[in-house]
Formats: sequence, structure tokens, C-alpha cells
Amino acid sequence: MKSSVALTTILAKEIRRFTRIWPQTLLPPAITTSLYFLIFGKLIGDRVGLINGVSYMDYIVPGIILMAVISHSYANVVSSFYSTKFQRHIEELLVSPVPNWVILVGYTGGGVARGMLVGSIVAAISTVFSDFQVQNWPVAIAIFILTAVLFALAGFINAVFADSFDDISIIPNFVLTPLSYLGGVFYSVSMLPAMWQQVSLANPILYMINAFRYGLIGVSDVGIERSFLMTGGFILSLVLFSLWLLHRGVGIKN
Amino acid sequence: MTALCIENLKKTYKNGFEALKGIDLTVKQGDFFALLGPNGAGKSTTIGIVSSMVTKSSGRVRIFEYDLDKQTNQAKNCIGLVPQEINFNQFETVRNIVITQAGYHGIPRKEAKIRADRCLKQMDLWELRDRVSRRLSGGMKRRVMIARAMVHAPRLLILDEPTAGVDIEIRHAMWEMMREVNRQGTTIILTTHYLEEAESLCRNIAIINHGKIVENSDMLSLLDRINKEYFVLNLTKPLKTVPDIADFSMELTEPRLLTVAVPKHRTLNDLFQRLSAAGIEVSSLKNKSNRLEQLFMDIVR
Ligand SMILES: Nc1ncnc2c1ncn2[C@@H]1O[C@H](COP(=O)(O)OP(=O)(O)O)[C@@H](O)[C@H]1O
Ligand SMILES: [Mg+2]
Repeated sequence: MKSSVALTTILAKEIRRFTRIWPQTLLPPAITTSLYFLIFGKLIGDRVGLINGVSYMDYIVPGIILMAVISHSYANVVSSFYSTKFQRHIEELLVSPVPNWVILVGYTGGGVARGMLVGSIVAAISTVFSDFQVQNWPVAIAIFILTAVLFALAGFINAVFADSFDDISIIPNFVLTPLSYLGGVFYSVSMLPAMWQQVSLANPILYMINAFRYGLIGVSDVGIERSFLMTGGFILSLVLFSLWLLHRGVGIKN
Repeated sequence: MTALCIENLKKTYKNGFEALKGIDLTVKQGDFFALLGPNGAGKSTTIGIVSSMVTKSSGRVRIFEYDLDKQTNQAKNCIGLVPQEINFNQFETVRNIVITQAGYHGIPRKEAKIRADRCLKQMDLWELRDRVSRRLSGGMKRRVMIARAMVHAPRLLILDEPTAGVDIEIRHAMWEMMREVNRQGTTIILTTHYLEEAESLCRNIAIINHGKIVENSDMLSLLDRINKEYFVLNLTKPLKTVPDIADFSMELTEPRLLTVAVPKHRTLNDLFQRLSAAGIEVSSLKNKSNRLEQLFMDIVR
């Protein structure tokens, strides 16, 4: 019961943080993705024709939504937890009877909330441009949530190790964005030469995008079970690793 | 009952620096305790370990009936900490900082608000409750940290140099506040390097230097052991040599400034009689330093 109060305190604080600065956190993705839909989906997509049996606009919607989920759940936790360390108010938590799992769930929960909120905003915008029918709600929703959880956790670990503001932008810029684009947001991997198909299959984001695409429009380059196993496996490992880091006080205790 | 019991506490930082070399310390419930030491002595390291911000290398810490390693959460709940450095969210309002801390201690939001408001009033921060904390003065920020430390009504309040860099008026107000909190039953541990502060507030004292406790006793018997007091005399006429007067050791700082050590068994009357006999006139005098300061200098030298 006591932990639940601490947990809601952290969660409320985290959600307040990103909603208060909504012009920086919620508005930009709405604008960028509208432009994606307009330029890639509408202007270019009309000339591309069908891809795996669906219109190009429909084909790119799932990837664009998931890309927003990935970058925002990650960004929220990495910047929030890093600034908690940087401004030293992590010490408020260290001196309090707050279990480590509450710290982890509280901060990643904030990232999950932002990832899902931004994802929902993008999904709402997509309905202006596309009129696909959701094919499999449970798969779509499950992968939507799991992706937010996975990248919120990754953002947390990044923040634990970060020692400067540079350290919190390296991974998003040099790892997440490229992997998202190469994860088949705008194309089907079956369009690639054989060798690049194999390379693409090493990209975990590819599995999530395809599973989500399966849930929304019913097409996928890869097996759904494998996507869930992979995402679940990553989440479990990151949870255990994060708890171990907190237990050891890595990056937060002298 | 003991509020804090530290046994053979050691800390070596990652860079290999040995900040604590085996410290033993006991603070009784209800005490007003001073942990005194020069900069770098290990005061904040000790406080950091007790309040779970720093991991110890070895040793034992007990807070009231709880072992910090085994009953961590109960132990943490007993402590309110006012750290040396500002460590709240500078973009948050004063009131939210205090309410959030109450939440971390498991106090439901409704109750947290009531308690936060009470602490803010007590710290004279009520008018400032909605101000973003970044815009507060240094003294106000300290008071925010005190309000935050008190919101869960800790049995032990630890303040790490709370009056450093705070102007004299606020310092005295803070002393009064700490006395009041102590009167109401809260045990207080204060680290400081202002000896005057320790002398006027604290009943028991430990002096730490280079990571070791070099002195640990009650304030009165410590002061009692100080057997000399130093005075600086302003002379009407310059002197060339140090006058030789039995029992009083002297030093000529400047031709017209004479520093005299007055042993406890002698009086100032004695001193002045002899100075008069030697034809030396004194126009004014002042106490060289706080008595404790002298002792401190002797101990940590
Ligand atoms: N994180 C750290 N890494 C290495 N040395 C440290 C660290 N923190 C403090 N020290 C060193 O430990 C000693 C004690 O520091 P501290 O406990 O802050 O002293 P005090 O509070 O008495 O001024 C100092 O010499 C300081 O430089
Ligand atoms: Mg210190």
C-alpha cells in the first residue's frame, strides 16, 4: 500500500512533466507525422501503387505510428531520469523508503504513457488520410504497449549510464532512428536483395513494426509469434538488468 | 534509546580515496548532536551513508531499532535529511517539492497536502508556496529542504551544514527553528564547521578529521577541558620586544598588538596588574576566537 502511494507519486510527476511541456512533447510528432502521411502516403504513395496487396498509404501507417511510440517512450525516460540524476533530486528517492522496482516502474511508466499518447495522436491523424480496418485488435494493442515498454526501459538504462547531455542523444540519433527507418517503415523487406533481407532480420524493430502492421492491416514480412517472443525476451532482460543496476546503485550512488 | 549507532564505518571511494577510516558514533534519542570537522573531514560522507545516498565499504549503521542493511525501509522512514547541496527539482514549485517527498514516504496525497502546508508555514515559506524553486534565494532554498525533510515527521533530523552561506539573520532564525524542533522531541544531528553554532546549539559533540573521530564527548566537559583563553590587546604605545610575564605566554603580532594566553587559573585582573607594573597600557581588548575554535585548532592540527 505504501509502495503504491510512492508509485502513483512518481507516475503523476512523470505524466505532469510531459503534458505540461506539450508544445515540445506532443505537438511536434503530430506535425511531423502529418507531413509524412501527406508527402509519402499521399503524393508519392499514389504513384507507388499496391505493396503486398495494400495501398502504400495503408502500408506505411503502422510503421509511422510505431516509430512515434519508440522515439517518444525512449526520449521521455532518458531525459527525465537523466535530469533527475543531473539535478540530484534522485537523492529524494534514495533517502526514501521507495523500492527499486517502484522507481523503475514509475519512470518507465511515464515513458510508456507518453509513447502511447503520442502513438494514439498519430493513429488519430492517420485516420484522416487512410481508412483501413483494424484486422486484429489484440495483436495491435499488445505490440503497441510492449513496444512502448521495451523502449521506455531502454531509455532508462541509457539514462543510468549517461554522464552528460550528449550521452542521452547518441543512442536515439545513431541507433534508434536508423534502425526504425531500416525496420521497414516505408518498404517491405521482400523488396530488398537477398543479402539485405538477411541483414534486416537482425533488426529487432523490424519484428515489432511487422507485427503491428499485421495487427492493423493484416500483412507482415515475418512470423508474429517470433515478434512477440523477441519483444517479450528483450523486455524481460532489460527489466532484470535495470533492477540489477538500481540494486548496485550504478550511476546514481557513490 | 539510541537514535543512531555507527560501528567501524569505512568508506573508500571508487578513485581509491579512503574518506572514512573506521568510525564509531552513538547519538542518543532526543539529543542535539554536532558532528564537527574541517572541510573534507568526512562529515558528508558519514551523513551520506546514514541516509542511503552513499554506499559504505564496511561497518554497521543502526537507526533507532532498525539495522540499515536489514530493515532498510523502516530505517529510512526515521530519517529526515537536509543535504549540503541543493538537490530538489529547480523547475518544480515549492509546494510540489514537499508534497512529492511525502508521497515517496507513502503518505497519501490528501494527507500529504495537509502536512506539506503545515511544514511550509513552519518554515515561513507559505507565501512562496507556488513559486518555482529556481527563483528562490539561497536561504529560502535551504528552508525548502528543511520543510521537505520534515514532511514525514522523522524521529531523526540530519542537517549537513544547513547554515553555510546563509546570512546572519536567517542563520539565527534557523537556530531557533532547530531548537524548537528538538524541544518537540526530534533528535537532531548537525554537521558544521562553524564552532559557534555547535557551541550554542548542541549538547554532545564529535569531532572528525581525516576520516577519523578525534574527539567525542559532551559539550560542557569539552569546554571545561579548554584551559586557556586567548585575548588580543591593543596597546597605546608600540613595543619592541615581547614582555616577559610569568604564567602568561605572549606574542607580539604587531608592535601595538599583543596576543596573550590567559590560563584558566589566572584572571584578567592579574594580567592587567602585571602589565601596568611593566608600564604597558592597554586601550582595548578582544577575545581572539571562540574557545572551541582554539581547541579545534589544537585537535585537528
Ligand atoms: N565521490 C567522491 N569520490 C572521491 N572522493 C570523494 C567523493 N566525495 C567526497 N570525496 C572526498 O572524501 C573526503 C571527505 O569528503 P566529505 O565527506 O564531503 O567531507 P566534509 O563533508 O567533511 O567536507 C574529501 O577529501 C573529498 O574530497
Ligand atoms: Mg560536507
